[in-house]
Amino acid sequence: MSGYAVIKGASYTLAITPDMVLHNGTTQTTEMVVNPDSEYLKELPNHLRSYEEAVAYMPNQVFIGNRTSEELGAVEFPWYDKPVENAQREGRFGDIMPQDEFLGLLQICDVFDLVVLEKEFAAGVQAKLRNNKVISDEMVAILDKNKDDSETIKKLVEEEHSEPLYNNNVLVGAVKRAHDVDVNLSAHVMLENLVSKASSVYSLLHLIKVTGVNPAEVDYVIDCCEEACGDMNQRGGGNFAKAAAEVAGLVNATGSDTRGFCAGPAHALLSAASLVKAGTFKTVVVTAGGCTAKLGMNGKDHVKKGMPILEDAVAGFSVLISADDGVNPQIRTDIVGRHTVGTGSAPQNVISSLVTESLDRVGMKITDIDKFSPEMQNPDITKPAGAGDVPEANFKMIAALGVKRGEIERAGINDFIKKHGLTGWAPTQGHIPSGVPYLGQMRDEMLAGKTNTAMIIGKGSLFLGRMTNLFDGASFVVQANDKKGANGEDAGFDESKVKSMIGEAMRAFAEGLLNQ
Amino acid sequence: MDLENQKRVKEIAEENGPENVVVILGAAEGEAAGLAAETVTAGDPTYAGPLAGVQLGLGVYHICESEIKDEVDADVYDEQISMMEMVLDVDDIASEMSSIREQFCKYM
Repeated sequence: MSGYAVIKGASYTLAITPDMVLHNGTTQTTEMVVNPDSEYLKELPNHLRSYEEAVAYMPNQVFIGNRTSEELGAVEFPWYDKPVENAQREGRFGDIMPQDEFLGLLQICDVFDLVVLEKEFAAGVQAKLRNNKVISDEMVAILDKNKDDSETIKKLVEEEHSEPLYNNNVLVGAVKRAHDVDVNLSAHVMLENLVSKASSVYSLLHLIKVTGVNPAEVDYVIDCCEEACGDMNQRGGGNFAKAAAEVAGLVNATGSDTRGFCAGPAHALLSAASLVKAGTFKTVVVTAGGCTAKLGMNGKDHVKKGMPILEDAVAGFSVLISADDGVNPQIRTDIVGRHTVGTGSAPQNVISSLVTESLDRVGMKITDIDKFSPEMQNPDITKPAGAGDVPEANFKMIAALGVKRGEIERAGINDFIKKHGLTGWAPTQGHIPSGVPYLGQMRDEMLAGKTNTAMIIGKGSLFLGRMTNLFDGASFVVQANDKKGANGEDAGFDESKVKSMIGEAMRAFAEGLLNQ
Repeated sequence: MDLENQKRVKEIAEENGPENVVVILGAAEGEAAGLAAETVTAGDPTYAGPLAGVQLGLGVYHICESEIKDEVDADVYDEQISMMEMVLDVDDIASEMSSIREQFCKYM
């Protein structure tokens, strides 16, 4: 079998948004309603990190590709008090954007004149964005329109139901409501959706940079975040994908949104790989922005334990999937695991459905997979909040399943975890840590011949939507390119390889003639 | 314990009488199990949900505790729970659970 879709590259970006932690994270906004005078709210501002501290945070450096999961695993836990020296905002896979630039990007991504920035703040942001390699002059020029002073913005917030935008605790802008009655177009929802869109756009721009793909070659974009955009008549009407593709300049693309809570990215990647394998489209991008609601989600525990607020970043990622090129890692669309309606919710059944059922179908064992990438949450965030080390818990379950199947010795569980697992580094924004953070690093490892097979696992808590009690999940295997796909039809036709093969044949022919 | 589950536990206890209800937990570690157990006995320790200040005192066990394990068909337990039992720190969970029961459970 050949011609699997390949992963040509992945980008990962962060926007460090401490003011949004205070004003938009639901842990904080809920507390403001139920317990406005709480100690937590008083104490919280003292625990917010500076931009520089967030850049020097090792898990963030892993996220953007300047460090590896392995290097992170070698650092003594916890990590928040061990900054990376000379940490850079730019990484192999993306960038860590400061909040002021992100507010500028928010306006660049707003095509309905809903985002208003205070004029002097906007001018400062423009100056910074001019130095940002992925933001074009045309994009920067969008900020020319800001003529309002802080009084006008204050009025928008106090009298016109706009959502305030803060930077360093100063009101610097607002998001207006898009309708006076429709709750789905309220300023709150518009801000959430614009943040999702902007962070997705930023990752798309970096995907173009890191892969060198011609934006005009992208045929289709699938967004897999966890937000919904629409109006009162179609709350989830959608298409974050196309909206973001427009700003990123993917002129020949259309797209759609795929949802499944945290399992969204796995479903989206499967769809993308299948569309490419089927020949429907040649180049598909899977993308997602982050969410404001989950900022500071575990803040109460972090503050209680005297830690900084580590959930201060809006994340985004994009993945480029295209036809087999004989080089890049292949998505084995024939080794796909899925949690079905009948699977049930017992962890044993869940893990079997996602890990071993698909392997069984092709005669592979758990130990045939070099690396597993399930929920890659950063344990620095989750452990102090009582949720444990999420990736490690997943590896333990996979290993325990291996023991039950007789593929792993019971005493070998820890060795298995060390060899086939990864140290978690991703922000806890639901879909963001779900299997996909590894793709960038995995591609590097596969191109270097260090890793041959990996399983990407996405899991989603569907019950949170109250439409079903079910859980969900999907998984797929990625392998180092088997070099069998580059000879088939137009899928991944590698002209240079064919030329070199012809050259070799000609040389042999000429040598034959000379010897005669 | 999330607010919706607190509400459901409270309603079930009211409908059936708290002495007739046993809560079985599946939490992945001791601290989380203890917090959930505390919620259905002494009340919501975070004071955020419907069980804030409500001392139901319900019987509460973790599925991996021997009291419950012994009640379950061995084949079913093997199929549904044994893998997780291998993963969890059952001793830690059991000691956390029994400590909460001793302090707050009214229906032992």
